[in-house]
Amino acid sequence: MADDKKIAAYMCKGCGLGERLDVDELKVIAEREGRVDMVREHDFLCSEAGVQLIQNDIDSEDVTNVAICACSRRSKTEAFNFENVAVARGNLREGVIWARPDTDEARELTQEMAADYVRMACFESKFSNAPKSSGEQSRIDNVLVVGGGMTGMTAAIEIARAGYKATIVEKTGTLGGHLAEVWKDIPDRSPYADPVDTGVAAMIAAIESDARVTVHLNSTVTRTSGAPGRFAADISTESGSTTTENFGAIVQASGYKDYDAHQLPELGYGKTPDVVTQAELEKLAREADGGPIHRPSDGKEITSVAFVQCAGQRSDKKGHLPYCSGVCCMASIKQAMYFKDNNSDIDTTVIYTDLRTPGAPGEDFYRSGQKKGVVFTKGTVHEVVVGSGAHSVKFKDLILDEDAEMAVDLVVLATGQVPNSGPDMEQISEDKEAAKEAGEEYVEVPVESILNLDYRQGPDIPQLANGFTDSHFICFPYETRRTGIYTAGPVRRPMDSAQAKEDGTGAAMKAIHALEDAAQGRAAHPRSGDLSFPQFRKEGCTQCKRCTVECPFGAINEDEDRYPQFNEARCRRCGTCMGACPVRVISFENYSVETVGQQIKNVEMPDEFDEKPRILVLACENDAYPALDMAARNGNHYSEFSRVIPVRCLGSINTIWITDALNSGYDGIILMGCRKDDDYQCHFVRGSYLANARMSKIDDTLSQLNLEPERVATCEVAITDVERAPKLINDMVETVAKVGMNPFKF
Amino acid sequence: MMSINTVMVEKYRNNFLREVEANVEEGEWVKMCMQCGVCAGSCPLGDAWEHPPQEIFMMIRAGKREDVLTSDSMWMCTSCYNCIVRCPRELPITHIMHGLAHYARRLGIQPKNNPTQWFCDVFWNNMMKKGRVNELKLGLSLYFKNGFLSGIKESLKNAGLGLNMVKARRMSPMDFFGGHGVKDISGLQKMIKKAQELEADRIDRHGG
Repeated sequence: MADDKKIAAYMCKGCGLGERLDVDELKVIAEREGRVDMVREHDFLCSEAGVQLIQNDIDSEDVTNVAICACSRRSKTEAFNFENVAVARGNLREGVIWARPDTDEARELTQEMAADYVRMACFESKFSNAPKSSGEQSRIDNVLVVGGGMTGMTAAIEIARAGYKATIVEKTGTLGGHLAEVWKDIPDRSPYADPVDTGVAAMIAAIESDARVTVHLNSTVTRTSGAPGRFAADISTESGSTTTENFGAIVQASGYKDYDAHQLPELGYGKTPDVVTQAELEKLAREADGGPIHRPSDGKEITSVAFVQCAGQRSDKKGHLPYCSGVCCMASIKQAMYFKDNNSDIDTTVIYTDLRTPGAPGEDFYRSGQKKGVVFTKGTVHEVVVGSGAHSVKFKDLILDEDAEMAVDLVVLATGQVPNSGPDMEQISEDKEAAKEAGEEYVEVPVESILNLDYRQGPDIPQLANGFTDSHFICFPYETRRTGIYTAGPVRRPMDSAQAKEDGTGAAMKAIHALEDAAQGRAAHPRSGDLSFPQFRKEGCTQCKRCTVECPFGAINEDEDRYPQFNEARCRRCGTCMGACPVRVISFENYSVETVGQQIKNVEMPDEFDEKPRILVLACENDAYPALDMAARNGNHYSEFSRVIPVRCLGSINTIWITDALNSGYDGIILMGCRKDDDYQCHFVRGSYLANARMSKIDDTLSQLNLEPERVATCEVAITDVERAPKLINDMVETVAKVGMNPFKF
Repeated sequence: MMSINTVMVEKYRNNFLREVEANVEEGEWVKMCMQCGVCAGSCPLGDAWEHPPQEIFMMIRAGKREDVLTSDSMWMCTSCYNCIVRCPRELPITHIMHGLAHYARRLGIQPKNNPTQWFCDVFWNNMMKKGRVNELKLGLSLYFKNGFLSGIKESLKNAGLGLNMVKARRMSPMDFFGGHGVKDISGLQKMIKKAQELEADRIDRHGG
């Protein structure tokens, strides 16, 4: 702690704090026990006058650290936003008076609770510094767009429209991707009745006429290094020449590959050219260009066609895709219309198990298909028997519950989308482990990398499932686990062109946001705007590299001397590295082992025989902490023995806090974080999972201390758990009553 | 001359859906069914049906002409309109059911022993005599459907009800000797005859 710090504490008396609490006593506590240099009170601290009071002290009294004892740190963030000072908040409103009933019996213990929160705020403030950006920033207003399909083209156009530059790197010789191969597209405008032009040609023209968009055809990205705001990418052409360019952010729109229908011999694929995939039918339709479509085998005009939905999809069979690609039903309706619009006498049958027509056009387009006379049969196709004239589709009719057969000229297989996302590093390392354990040699299946990142954590974006890149599906769809690199389009999830356009636009906006944030040293989502970044004490580092492995965002590389190299622009400020570090050398200016450790230490610990247990709650600031705030606001009270400390992510919890807390007499500890499985809710993807892994080993510590394992609980709390979260705290109080008080009180 | 049924079979071959669309009242709606099954679940007589509407529509699309037209399912419809109200695709299901029943009868392949279709005939003939339904005779013909003895039994069982209806002037015993009718019975009969001619014409056009 530097000597030139001047710490001021402020007590708010608004929102009932003045009536419910003895503020004069709290002021004395802040001064004597919190050891701050200055204490002030105000009737209404977040008012203009209140804020001015603080600002005046900062300006004229040289206050450097501020402890605001008022409401939750989630409230009034705009009012209490002071530059160049370290700010800590004591949560007296949501955390104390609203969490407790307003009765005479409760008054004494509520005051005790408030006193602890004042102490905590004072010490948090004292051990924090005002965060400043590192000064390593640069601003490059060029965005690299990998992939020139619908998503990539849309992203590039949107980026250029916003006044930035875009550089498209496309592997093939033309822009347009899969959509350029399509005869007509699903309509994106009312009345959603007929197939429409794809619009690819117009988009290519727009890109070619825009000076802000550069296109590299027949090229791939062979190396990507740096961080948001200063990426450097090697763009290599097929002929072997390489240029290196700098980019502020990256949009990865590498799209999908068609599922290999050769894995479906039972459906006749490969046995006759009359069994085609949807992509191959598009080719036939383009050749026909509105005229009658002819059979590939003998050129006969097609009079009947069957569409087999979910071919090699939504199935557990080996080699099949387990998921629904979500576009094939609409594509089949569209393709059936190719036939019906040409000649309504052609029999078109779509054999489906669940007709899924998502999006705005969905139901109307389905209805339009029905009106045009496309027959929809609910059934599962198990075999296509190749005949000399017609081919026989054998299926089970699921409505009539019987086996049926249909003779058709052409069979179209609705196969799915396989994401083009590069090698799955986590899967490869798992497979390697498994091979090692089984004593077998690991045979690597080469998968071409898309970005060739020179990150220590692997060359591509981590994946979630089935090869799709990892992101928070609902809340922050374009974010990936590599900051400044945004995935969009079918590499993220299967989708059609309308959704791809939306995705391309979204990712473009995120990329612009990222490069501007990076230029100012501000964090990307979810701690958007945070200037703090992790620093480490090199002398103490043991080069264990746990931080580089555990960082969910690949922010930490390894330098020549084998020390971790923090790329603050890639960092999301979750603090998972801080939680991981066994020698505790990693810290942020305003969030460190010390800032939380001091809060834990400076809670007043009553005597063992006082019958006042202390429950430490470390709550994730994203979900659990707001859930507790809301619980209090809703009048769901919780125990006056709890002391809640918000953490950036459960992943930032260093086990030393737990050990220290138990050693200094806390009777119970609850860690509240987000859901951690495949459907994780963790804003930092892995934080909650890692915290759980670490806590599973806490039992050893407990047994060393001769303490009961139930004293430490790790819970998954969602932001909506306004009733459950208080209950978890109260349950712990009961548990402590059962197992008895912690004997380590001093 | 071929029967109209054979004519239709010849004409539409195996495309029963087209046959239904051309000849059945509201038949063009059959293709719009999306197989959700709400009609089947809504039908209060669902248990009594061999095939619920959803299945009938699927059978039409699957070309099961014989099974559909000889089925007694659509004859079981009581026109409660529950299915029409609930159908998310707004199919006039009740009307399609009656249309199918009517078409089957026109082709002469309706289930012969189905009481509903028998009753339809009785009702029609009864009404056509005077232009109004003679309720006493209609009731009695229903009681005596299965022969004289059971007719007597049924009549006695319902004698109390009949007497109450007479007392309440809901039914007149004098109806037994003719009953009342519309003013211009021959005009009505002419009108019906014309309608039947028009319909036969239409069938000739489509079917012939």
